[in-house]
Amino acid sequence: TDTKGCCGMNFSEVFKQSNQLCKVSPDGKYLATCVQYRLVVRDVNTLQILQLYTCLDQVASMEWSSDSLFILCAMYKRGLVQVWSLEQPDWHCKIDEGSIGLVSSRWSPDGRHILNTTEFHLRVTVWSLCNKSVSYIKYPKACQKGMDFSADGRYMALAERRDCKDYISVFVCDDWHLLRHFETDTQDLAGVEWSPNGCVLAAWDSCLEYKMLLYSLDGRLLSTYSAYEWSLGIKSVAWSPSSQFLAIGSYDEKVRILNHITWKKLTEFEHHPTITNSKAVVFKEVEKRPVIPTEDLSIQQIAMESSLFDIQSKYEIPPLPVQVPVVKPDPDRANPKIGISAIAFSVDNRYLATKNDCMPQSVWVWDMQRLGPTAVLEQTAPVRFFAWDPRRPRLALCTGNTKLYLWSPAGCVSVKVPVEGGFQVQSLFWHCSGDSVVLLGKDQLCLCYMATDEEKHMLRSHVVGLGVACFTSH
Amino acid sequence: MGDWWTPPMMPDPGLGRFQQAAVTPGFAVLCAGIREFSSVSHIDESPSRHRSPPATRASETNSKHSYSVLTAFCTEENIPQCVAYVNQEAAALGLCGVCVEARGAGPSLGAASALNLLYELLQLQRRGQRTLHDLETQQLKNNSDLEHLQHNNSRLKDQLEHTRRENSGLHEGERQLQLKIRTLQRYLKSEKEEVQKLQSIIASRATQYNHDAKRKERESAKLKERLNQLLVDKRDKRLAIEVANCVGRADGKRSLWKTSKMEARHEGEMYKALLSDYEGRHQVLLQENAELKKLLQLMKKDMVSMLSPRKTTRAHMPAEDSLEQAGSEPDDELCEGSRDPLEQMCEQAREQLANSIRLQWRRLKSHMQRLDSQVSLAASREQEEVISRREHEEAITHMKMELQQCTEFIQTQQQLLQQQLSLPCDEETAALLNDGYLLEEKERLKEEWSLFHEQKKNFEMERKNFTEAAIRLGHERKAFEEDRALWLKTQFLNMAPFVGHRRHATSESRRALTIGAQSGAKVPSSPAPSCTSASHTGLSTPTSDPMTLPSTAELYRTLQLIPDSRWYSS
Repeated sequence: TDTKGCCGMNFSEVFKQSNQLCKVSPDGKYLATCVQYRLVVRDVNTLQILQLYTCLDQVASMEWSSDSLFILCAMYKRGLVQVWSLEQPDWHCKIDEGSIGLVSSRWSPDGRHILNTTEFHLRVTVWSLCNKSVSYIKYPKACQKGMDFSADGRYMALAERRDCKDYISVFVCDDWHLLRHFETDTQDLAGVEWSPNGCVLAAWDSCLEYKMLLYSLDGRLLSTYSAYEWSLGIKSVAWSPSSQFLAIGSYDEKVRILNHITWKKLTEFEHHPTITNSKAVVFKEVEKRPVIPTEDLSIQQIAMESSLFDIQSKYEIPPLPVQVPVVKPDPDRANPKIGISAIAFSVDNRYLATKNDCMPQSVWVWDMQRLGPTAVLEQTAPVRFFAWDPRRPRLALCTGNTKLYLWSPAGCVSVKVPVEGGFQVQSLFWHCSGDSVVLLGKDQLCLCYMATDEEKHMLRSHVVGLGVACFTSH
Repeated sequence: MGDWWTPPMMPDPGLGRFQQAAVTPGFAVLCAGIREFSSVSHIDESPSRHRSPPATRASETNSKHSYSVLTAFCTEENIPQCVAYVNQEAAALGLCGVCVEARGAGPSLGAASALNLLYELLQLQRRGQRTLHDLETQQLKNNSDLEHLQHNNSRLKDQLEHTRRENSGLHEGERQLQLKIRTLQRYLKSEKEEVQKLQSIIASRATQYNHDAKRKERESAKLKERLNQLLVDKRDKRLAIEVANCVGRADGKRSLWKTSKMEARHEGEMYKALLSDYEGRHQVLLQENAELKKLLQLMKKDMVSMLSPRKTTRAHMPAEDSLEQAGSEPDDELCEGSRDPLEQMCEQAREQLANSIRLQWRRLKSHMQRLDSQVSLAASREQEEVISRREHEEAITHMKMELQQCTEFIQTQQQLLQQQLSLPCDEETAALLNDGYLLEEKERLKEEWSLFHEQKKNFEMERKNFTEAAIRLGHERKAFEEDRALWLKTQFLNMAPFVGHRRHATSESRRALTIGAQSGAKVPSSPAPSCTSASHTGLSTPTSDPMTLPSTAELYRTLQLIPDSRWYSS
């Protein structure tokens, strides 16, 4: 019962979910969702239920193993982790972390080990499904991103804190052999992240000090970068998929791009509230209530047309210069709403999307070839989340209303989710094929299928014309 | 003068004078007297003339002033004394005395001298008056001057006072400001001290905080350690894994023991990964480098080619060539020689290449400079050209404008045409546009019309001919029918035995035939011709045109009314 909309996009029916726990398997075949204490696995294409598992308690976290064979469900309150097998529904595994408590649970890249972080970050317990063995990693640091696996799944970097000093340990994931262990020159290490090629490890200090350290896989310090002092520093970090650029978003509302040869600053992107650059296209979302003549208003019609109360929206391109709405942050509060909180590169390394917290309604898209802004999407509501298509330069974003917004170099569209009663998109993620987007509401989910190749032409024409994408519910 | 002369007899003028001073009624008079006196010194004319009888003078004064006769100066009795007195006075005034001589018993005066004296005195008086007047005006003037000056003075005094006051005010202000500055400086100092204090406090707090944080962290670490220990010691029963059956590794291999060999392998793998990354990067850089070098070579070649034709012309200018050509000759060798080492990435080759590029660049620069100077030299000469260029530009703009106009015109035409096509109801424009077509059509129609007329005429003529021919044919046919009937009758009559009936029948048939002939050929109604002439009339038309006889035969033939051969033969 797919609902067909214009622009060649189809929407699935709505399913229940809780805690926004919904993941597509890495091979793209299955869709796992948690509804309270039940785990439902569906076929992505047919959306038929394949398996149904019942956990011991309400699931707090869920994750697919890398080979799409197992699903991990963590119940932090009970300190429990349950693992389910897709191939053998009878197979079961339960890990009890005991009285120490559990705050985080995740798969190792090989899909045969589970890493549990205990409360107070006392230790990381590594459980093996192969031989039931357990090993501990002591002194993990509680920070923004204390643990990261390299993209090939071979190495794990772990931030540690011992004797009031920061350390980084590099483990070989195969047998949890400690490959390297070194001290970092940081006041308070906030995070570690591998470059996509797995050869460089970026480590950054907490927001009190702007400091980015780059380590080689063998623990050598390649470079240190600090843009300024005496002010709040790094807020977000992102590697380009080619490992060529490292984008650093900071509290001074700028994104700095480091290159991978000299590790010096290539350029910096400023988020000026006044946009004067003629190369940047500003897409301003404009909401419009449908105008209906009063004589046509009959009760029957009201009953029939649910779209009567829907607000249509479309994008307009206002003439430059454009003033982007800015929210003044409260200086007395901790974690002020200022600075670049989200950065993401498109899969072809061509575009960079950023969000400045004091411009909550806008997403900026930068061209990495021209090293300048190429588009600014100004929404009517604060942007909740945005994500790049894993195959094409296409950005999907949501603002917590009933619409899905898409940007591509060709233009911008807003698509209303055609669900009765309204579906407020809180979050979203792409299917690994880039053909569909999973939209997450408060306790619902819905799949949006993108236009297929033959339909794409039509979409393109719509996009170029910046047509209003509006839907009736039939 | 006489008003104060109260004592009638004054033997001594000095005494009189004394009295005079004593009895002075007013200061002004005295002043006048003094003035008169002072002025006397100037009068030094003929003293004789001053001699005038005092009596007359007295009388004069008497007439002026209402003296009583009793108190007169001179009486009959005291003339000599008076004269003496007058003389004395005159002498005192610097005039010659009247020189009065008492002649005889009666007092007689030298009239002339007295008059002279009188005159002198009058003159003196007048002069005195004049000076007095002058002096008075002077006095007035001076008074006003004085007043003005006094006024001025007072004003200045006021001003002075004012400025003094102002000055004191300013002094006061300055003093206050000084005070303020002093207090502010004091404040500043205290603030600075405060800041320093605060900074030190902050620093101490920071150290305190750091210290505390470290302490806390250590404590928490200790706690964690302890907790860990406890956990390990307690052997948490709950801490467990329940697996239905163990699963194999994702790669299907068995897990390996941790050995030093494994460690070495891990190290090896790590370095391999790093190495491959570096190699990849190196490759990319090499490629980039090669491309850049290619570009450099290309640039150099371009430069050489750009500069080489100049060398021939440069031969005429040996002054600057000596240096450059000296440099350029080995350079050409380099250009050849550098190619091979370039690929070998030789240090030397790189240097050579850079050097040659640098040289070429310098040459290009000098060339550019020379061109610049040439341009500046030629600029004056090119003024006209510049003007011509301007004209040229003007012409171009003009042409452009014209072009635009033309295109606009064409566009409007096209538009109109389309309008006309889409809106045929617009009759005026349609008529306008139709006119051309109509005219053309009319012409064509006219031509066709004339052609048609001609054809019609021809056709008409043909028709006439044809009808004539048809009529003729009709006649001939009737004649033939008659002939045949006649012939048949004769034949029949000849064969039949009733000869008597023969004549009747023929007449009958002839009558019938004539009637038919009458209706057919519209022969004028004449009395029916005789039987013999009937055949004659039947052949009358052919006889009128004997030449048509064969045509008739032809007609017959065409009408397939082939006559009997007997007809002809007979």
